Amino acid sequence: MPSPQVTPTAISNVPDALGRFGRYGGRYVPETLSAALDQLERAYEDAQADPSFSAKLDSLLAAFVGRPTPLLFAERLTAYAGGAQIYLKREDLSHTGAHKINNTLGQGLLAQRMGKQRIIAETGAGQHGVATATACARFGLECIIYMGEEDVRRQASNVRSMRLMGAEVRPVTSGSRTLRDAINDAMRDWMGSVETTHYIIGSVVGPHPFPRIVRDFQSVIGQETRQQCLRQFGRLPDTVVACVGGGSNAAGIFYPLVDSPEVQLVGVEAGGRSDKAGDNAASLSFGRPGILHGSLSYVLQNEDGQTSDVHSVSAGLDYPGVGPEHSYWRDAGRVQYKSVTDGEALDAFDLVARREGILPALETSHALAWAVKEAALRSQDEILVVCLSGRGDKDAAEIARLRGLTNSEIAD
Amino acid sequence: MQTVSLEAMFRANKQLSRKALAPFVTAGDPNIETTLEVLEAIDRAGASLCELGVPYSDPIADGPVIQSSYTRALAAGMTLDGLFSLAKQATQRVQMPLLAMTSYSLIFRRGIERFVTDAAAAGLVGLVVPDLPIEESDPLDAACREIGVALVRLVTPTTSPERAEAIARKASGFLYCVAVAGVTGERTALPTGLVERVKWLRTKTDVPILVGFGINSPEQARAVAEVADGVIVGSAVVRHLAAFTTQPRCDVVREIEEYVGQLVAAVTD
Repeated sequence: MPSPQVTPTAISNVPDALGRFGRYGGRYVPETLSAALDQLERAYEDAQADPSFSAKLDSLLAAFVGRPTPLLFAERLTAYAGGAQIYLKREDLSHTGAHKINNTLGQGLLAQRMGKQRIIAETGAGQHGVATATACARFGLECIIYMGEEDVRRQASNVRSMRLMGAEVRPVTSGSRTLRDAINDAMRDWMGSVETTHYIIGSVVGPHPFPRIVRDFQSVIGQETRQQCLRQFGRLPDTVVACVGGGSNAAGIFYPLVDSPEVQLVGVEAGGRSDKAGDNAASLSFGRPGILHGSLSYVLQNEDGQTSDVHSVSAGLDYPGVGPEHSYWRDAGRVQYKSVTDGEALDAFDLVARREGILPALETSHALAWAVKEAALRSQDEILVVCLSGRGDKDAAEIARLRGLTNSEIAD
Repeated sequence: MQTVSLEAMFRANKQLSRKALAPFVTAGDPNIETTLEVLEAIDRAGASLCELGVPYSDPIADGPVIQSSYTRALAAGMTLDGLFSLAKQATQRVQMPLLAMTSYSLIFRRGIERFVTDAAAAGLVGLVVPDLPIEESDPLDAACREIGVALVRLVTPTTSPERAEAIARKASGFLYCVAVAGVTGERTALPTGLVERVKWLRTKTDVPILVGFGINSPEQARAVAEVADGVIVGSAVVRHLAAFTTQPRCDVVREIEEYVGQLVAAVTD
């Protein structure tokens, strides 16, 4: 269990008792959910104080997930960029193919501690849904996954995996039929089932204490990266890059490094088709502070506060909000947030597939696109680590479809 | 005609030995003109107050009926400026006090001071903000007290007794007792323990107590009115609004008036 020793002024010393990361975060939810969030907060604090909890989680992370995940030198990608050395933190090698499992196992154990037998979750790309279904199968818990109808279509292979592990997948037909609507429906379910059900939120978003709990469970990524760099290079990396939708893989790899100012941290958002409202999902780049899904953070809204429709080629980044700690890091200037377009991400997917023999998730491809571009500008002494948050098998069909569309458009 | 204050309304109800019937109507579904007609019909039917639901894109506390209604209103172009303009016209045309039920997302984005000032200027007597728990409510509470708009608090079946007391202490206007743990929407039976919960709350606060969520029949309304100061009916009224797309406007307005009239009769001695 991560419990970093930090000074009170350290940037990592958040959230406060009300779940505030600076001005961000908090708990903007219906009163019906207050008791469950208090209960979760207590259960989490008890678990942190209980050595048997971290022992159990650590052993699962080792034998079930396959941690620690390797830090791989991307030799041919580095040669292609011709600058900084690019290393890949291989979360794609985790069981279920992404970092999401780190969080679902932790929260699954918390659900057991609270005596809750029914689990609900939302999913966008399906990776969190698969990781939740996996944890539920492992722990013997009932599992219901809310997934936007559009995402059910574009991530069909993950839907099959969830069902094979006994989860019920409920397609969500309201709104934009993507991740945001899946979260809405999961919250509505929770409103009526809160006494028997735990909601395993999949990112560092939502009301307090979720952003903190998910960050802590994902911090294993950054802790390993830190140790691996010290062991392999005798120093910390110069730059760490991760994609940001809700921002859980980024929070996980950044958090153990935020108090080390020599490490530059860069989050890469979904720039979609363009900078125009509605064409992207880059809340930190183009949004402003507002409230969505229970916390105050940067969000893409219209002038009334209605959530904007957003777009990304990647279902996991297709979200109008972002975790509150990212907003805090942004305003504090600790993390820089950039954006990468659909086209750049697709090109990075191809590049990494052909030059490294790794199919990265489309989400991850955003971080890779920025990293390759940036590495070219840096000296060969520099070390740049990319969080390879997930594998891209799930995207193969959608990419083929998109390429097909492009080809037929060209043919026209 | 001009709306009366919440206090005057509750006083009058006591003299008339009746309880408050508070319908909920989505502002701007299907459009502002029709909402005005619906409000007049509800006022004629004898409702004591009315909650104007402010359409929001991500209403996590609402079931499918209100959610769909919000989606229709937003698609028809409803905005906050539209809401305040609607409220301003309505408060000249109806007697019952009007409150806005709104997500805190919208208040935060407009700016707390500005939102409350606009609400007061439009004649709204109170705000119900279902996604704002007491821990986060101090800034809005301060603005509401300063400007003289009630901030209605909610207690739910999952609220602990200690927390319910803390909420009741902050209550202004009335206390909204949520009947069921869950989203808005109609239920067939009254939940067990509701009557006891209302009676217990009664010992903790002097502000009127209104019960809502899940109530749709005159029988349920009557049973709740035995112990509470009033009943809020949301989805069952909003359900009628969907009919505006298929039926003549005057028929739907008449149906709403009749339905609310039955509920009013049920809460009147």
